[in-house]
Amino acid sequence: MFINSLNKERKQVQHMAEKHEERKSVRDMKIGERGVICCLQDPEMGLKLLEMGCIPGTEIKMNSRAPLGDPITIIVNNYTLSLRLDEAETILLKQ
Amino acid sequence: MTVATQPEIKPAERTSARPEEVKIALIGNPNSGKTSLFNQLTGLNQKVGNFPGVTVDKKTGYSQLTPAIRAEIIDLPGTYSLYPKSLDERVITDLLYDPTSKHFPDLVIVTADASNLKRNLLLFTQLADLQLPVVLALNMVDVAEQEGVKIDVELLQRELGVPVIPMNARKGVGVAALKIVMTQQLNAVERPFFTIPADLQPLLQSIKSRFSLSNDYLALQFAHQYKSLKFLKEEDLAWLGEQLEAADFKSNARQADETIARYTRINELLLDAVRVEKAEKDEKFSNRLDQILTHRVFGYLIFFAILFLIFQAIFAWASYPMDLIDGGIAALNSLIQENFSGPLVNLLTEGVIAGLGGVLVFVPQIAILFAFIAILEETGYMARVTFMMDKIMRKFGLNGKSVVPLISGVACAVPAVMSARTIENWKDRMITIFVTPLMSCSARIPVYTVLIALVVPDKYYLGFLNLQGLVLMGLYLIGFLAAIFSALLLKVILKARERSYFIMEFPTYKMPRWKNVGITIVEKVKAFVFEAGKVIVAISVILWVLASYGPGDNFEQAEQRALREAKTEGLTEVQTENRIASHQLESSYAGIVGRSIEPVIRPLGYDWKIGIALLTSFAAREVFVGTISTIYSIGEEENVTTIKEKLMAEKDANGDPFFTPARGFSLMIFYLFAMQCASTLAIVRRETKSWMWPAAQLVYMSGLAYVMAFIVFQLFS
Repeated sequence: MFINSLNKERKQVQHMAEKHEERKSVRDMKIGERGVICCLQDPEMGLKLLEMGCIPGTEIKMNSRAPLGDPITIIVNNYTLSLRLDEAETILLKQ
Repeated sequence: MTVATQPEIKPAERTSARPEEVKIALIGNPNSGKTSLFNQLTGLNQKVGNFPGVTVDKKTGYSQLTPAIRAEIIDLPGTYSLYPKSLDERVITDLLYDPTSKHFPDLVIVTADASNLKRNLLLFTQLADLQLPVVLALNMVDVAEQEGVKIDVELLQRELGVPVIPMNARKGVGVAALKIVMTQQLNAVERPFFTIPADLQPLLQSIKSRFSLSNDYLALQFAHQYKSLKFLKEEDLAWLGEQLEAADFKSNARQADETIARYTRINELLLDAVRVEKAEKDEKFSNRLDQILTHRVFGYLIFFAILFLIFQAIFAWASYPMDLIDGGIAALNSLIQENFSGPLVNLLTEGVIAGLGGVLVFVPQIAILFAFIAILEETGYMARVTFMMDKIMRKFGLNGKSVVPLISGVACAVPAVMSARTIENWKDRMITIFVTPLMSCSARIPVYTVLIALVVPDKYYLGFLNLQGLVLMGLYLIGFLAAIFSALLLKVILKARERSYFIMEFPTYKMPRWKNVGITIVEKVKAFVFEAGKVIVAISVILWVLASYGPGDNFEQAEQRALREAKTEGLTEVQTENRIASHQLESSYAGIVGRSIEPVIRPLGYDWKIGIALLTSFAAREVFVGTISTIYSIGEEENVTTIKEKLMAEKDANGDPFFTPARGFSLMIFYLFAMQCASTLAIVRRETKSWMWPAAQLVYMSGLAYVMAFIVFQLFS
């Protein structure tokens, strides 16, 4: 289902984005909180995140925040991944 | 070692006949111990070259596998997959997809971090699907075991269908076994890890036949990446574009599908081969350490303490070996001059050897800075620096890692520019390199010192605030602000070649590998001495010729004139010598240039004498003081106080003191902004692999210097 969001067709992506506006993303997680990845919003960045193991259905845990709040680290597939908040925002969580 | 056998001859032509020298490519995720393994295999037998068009160095090395077989090993940039996300990673696809490439490997060694096998295997399965002969170097088995990850190597080997060598590249464990496997005939993996969807077959078959490829996955890679493959011709690109259009090929979606399918397959494979009896992650040492090292208060305090230490080291500690080198060069020169004479000897001593000295004198600073940087990288602390600084630095178009080059720039821009190598993103790195020379380096100190002594009164405010000290601090501050705002300007001007990501593995803390630290130092020093050194020596020689020769019999006339003056004024022998040197410099080519640029620099308050100093200090700022001493007949041995007194006595055409505060500040500001350093220009060329960047820097900084000095002179006078 998230595959659709990886299409080049802008409209569809925007549509998806609107639909998910209310949904919780990794950006909103508290330190120590766990969640399961639902989908990735940004097609291009999604590819990068997939390669790093952020596959929909994978459990992740919010690990830490930089002193200024951005970037953050999460634990995915048993390793620590660092990313910026605007990157974290594109990872949506299952409710 | 059991190797999956397969009778087919498809890509096996490459492996069938073992030549005396085999080509081996080393590839793997960042932080998977690739560099350690490369160092273990090749030792100091390494060569650093260029990949065309990218800034990443091409590191090759040789390893004697058996007395008869030698391996040429190429170290490829770290990557997470065969779909490059940065310009530097494209080197990999250019090399692996082009069988005619000079470096096309006979064998690929994939390094994988055993404690993080799942993600590391993604790249492995892609390479295996290309049907290249592959060996998996299962690295950091010890770390994995500590973390409760147990790997059944035999089973993994059977499932992957390639030799798997458990190793610890840091300690050299497993290297011997790997070398044995490297000498064997290896076959490609038969069964692909990723089954290409059937609906793509027509497209892939036509790509295969056009480019006579034997492998489906390679054809798929062509479809995905044809635009960035450098070896494809214009008409091939057009043809591929049409084909993909016709087949309605959606690259992004297909790639996403592929990555998910690969992860699914890897999960299946690892189900039996890897058992994780993990301790809770939070308890891990790295996480506990991070609570202090990235703490909102202590984190920055510790970081600034480390920066201060680095600054101290390149500023103070390096001065001892630097003085030794300076002294050694001077002693060598006087030894030669005492025993030989003539114009060629002068060229050798004052041109070539002095130029060489100017190169060698930077070696201690470079070595010390890179010892620190290598340790910070090796331990994983550099990732924390980036993590803590990213938000602030990003506002100025810089990167968390720009902090180290900027701070090092206060000591010397040469090692600082080299240290920007750790910044992966092209745009961030170029901006960092561009603005670093604006930081006031140690070579500006002699210039500042003389000029401040000349025009700023030695007054104290509130009993401890020294006015001269305040001015010096102000100059450093202006340099820093100039760097930051130039970065901001470039952030707007420069187009990003690639998206800037922060998505990367946050490495765990490790003990530094001293061998890697040592090799880094040797590599950086060599790169500087051999590549930047050539330019610096050449420019030094040119400047020496300009300052030591004049047209016609100018020099003899100058000497005669000085002697006549000496007679009428009753000068001592030393004063006469100084007068001759002054008049000769005045009538040299440098003097002529100095006079001819006088109209240009007059609005800044400078005369032709300063013009000569600007020219001779083009290679190195500190030369300014020496030239000024010569031109005002002060002599070489004088100290700041004497220079100051002589310069203060200097009168302009109206009989007023020449060095007014306006002229002094104008000169300080000029030296603050101007790119008066051939070494930096040479190193920027080396690091950016283009003359465009140093040229832009020269124009920008000189322009800025001119405008700022003009404003200052007009304001103060």
